[in-house]
Amino acid sequence: MKLITAIVKPFRLDEVKTALTDHGIAGMTVSEVQGFGRQRGHTEVYRGQEYKIDFVPKVRIELLVDDDQVDSTVDAIIGAARTDKIGDGKIWVTDVTSVVRIRTGERGHDAL
Amino acid sequence: MQIDAGSTAWVLVAAALVLFMTPGLAFFYGGMVRAKHVLGMLMQNFFAMGLISVLWALVGFSLAFGDGGGLIGNFKFAGLAHLASTTKAVLPGYTGNFALVVPPLAFAAYQMMFAVITPALITGATADRLKFSAYALFIGAWLILVYCPIAHWVFAPTGWLFKRGALDFAGGAVVHINAGIAALAVVLVIGKRKGYQREPMPPHSLPLTLLGTGILWFGWFGFNAGSALGANALAAQAFMNTHLAAAAAMCTWLLAERIKGGHATTLGAASGAVAGLVAITPCAGFVNSMGALAIGGIAGAVCFLALALKNKFRFDDALDVIGVHLVGGLLGSLLLGFFATKGVNPLGADGIFAGGGASLLGQQVLAVGVTLAWSGTVSFLLATVIHKTIGLRVNDEDESTGLDLSQHAETAYAFGGRM
Repeated sequence: MKLITAIVKPFRLDEVKTALTDHGIAGMTVSEVQGFGRQRGHTEVYRGQEYKIDFVPKVRIELLVDDDQVDSTVDAIIGAARTDKIGDGKIWVTDVTSVVRIRTGERGHDAL
Repeated sequence: MQIDAGSTAWVLVAAALVLFMTPGLAFFYGGMVRAKHVLGMLMQNFFAMGLISVLWALVGFSLAFGDGGGLIGNFKFAGLAHLASTTKAVLPGYTGNFALVVPPLAFAAYQMMFAVITPALITGATADRLKFSAYALFIGAWLILVYCPIAHWVFAPTGWLFKRGALDFAGGAVVHINAGIAALAVVLVIGKRKGYQREPMPPHSLPLTLLGTGILWFGWFGFNAGSALGANALAAQAFMNTHLAAAAAMCTWLLAERIKGGHATTLGAASGAVAGLVAITPCAGFVNSMGALAIGGIAGAVCFLALALKNKFRFDDALDVIGVHLVGGLLGSLLLGFFATKGVNPLGADGIFAGGGASLLGQQVLAVGVTLAWSGTVSFLLATVIHKTIGLRVNDEDESTGLDLSQHAETAYAFGGRM
């Protein structure tokens, strides 16, 4: 089992969610986050005072999949999140040793 | 004294409108601070409605409008005594042309709301670092030592500046210059916010600021048109002037901003409108509609340019009380010397453009200078005494934590918002 974590532009969230549900993903966790990568931040001006805002708003999507689902799921996210402009985000995949569904106590693959 | 029902109704409503400006100011300022300081800002403004109202009833009104000669009132009306009767009570100086057509208590209530908002204006400059206990002590003493004397000199017909012929329809000097120069004095004593010009301090909620601006604009009709102290043609002129100045100032501020910075901003629209409202305040009942348009237009552009002053002189006026209220108040009070016309108000005077010569402008310069000197000096001394005793400022840790949690043990927004 793997944990896929994707950082995407907030306005692509709906497209990514649709692409993932079309792909057969049953659930995901979404959070609003702030950060920077190569895009860096931006400048805001309040009453003539310029502020450099380092952290730009992004959305973090987390989902658990079986090993054989990883590549196609990552491709689905890329297809929906990509705008070809700087700041499109990143996806990384990490190993998961155990998953439990709290209601039933199911473990591993059955809990996904 | 003949009480007029329509005028009484209008002045009572106007008093409520002016009161509403203080919560409006709270939101105007509150939106501009960071989320961890927003309750601190709202509280300082709301608390003025509590403390200042109490002090006003006990002694403030009597010191400002009692019969003590040209310099200060007396204690005759302390506790609002001798004001209840509508037939016998006559306020000193309010006779002949200045005779009130509203009950003295209505006038006392109306003036109370001015006393409430004036010290609250200062809080924008000291945002994010002023200790609540020090604030309470400061505004209480400031009401007695600064506001009441200046209100007496300029507003009361027995006051020495009023008698010389200085004009201030609704508080350009008494409210805005007074609070603006006091803000500068306190800022010089309290010092800069931690991290000023090193870390970004953007407004946490411009929607709140715009909401506050709307409330201020709405309430300002009570502030200016109510100062006619009657339901009459002068009130209508002041109403129109108030609105036109705000509208024109918003346009010129945005234009200046667009030319200089590239974008017309919502904060600019709000700030421009307030700058226009400030500038028209001393003029509202003495100039005609086109005069108001011109005064507002000038104020919007000049106040925008005045924002750069704080960088030049290196003081931390957090929310630009000096750039907007002091500069706007100065502009309005001095432009009155040019735009005033007796055609609008026979109790006023003719300024330079109405063929009245420079004598009114001379009186305006005097009133402005006296207000700057008295308020600036006494505010500086008062702030220094408090700073040396209980301390004006929260400690570094409390400032980092935020005024909300450190001063009031509360958090404004249940989720997040602690950044």
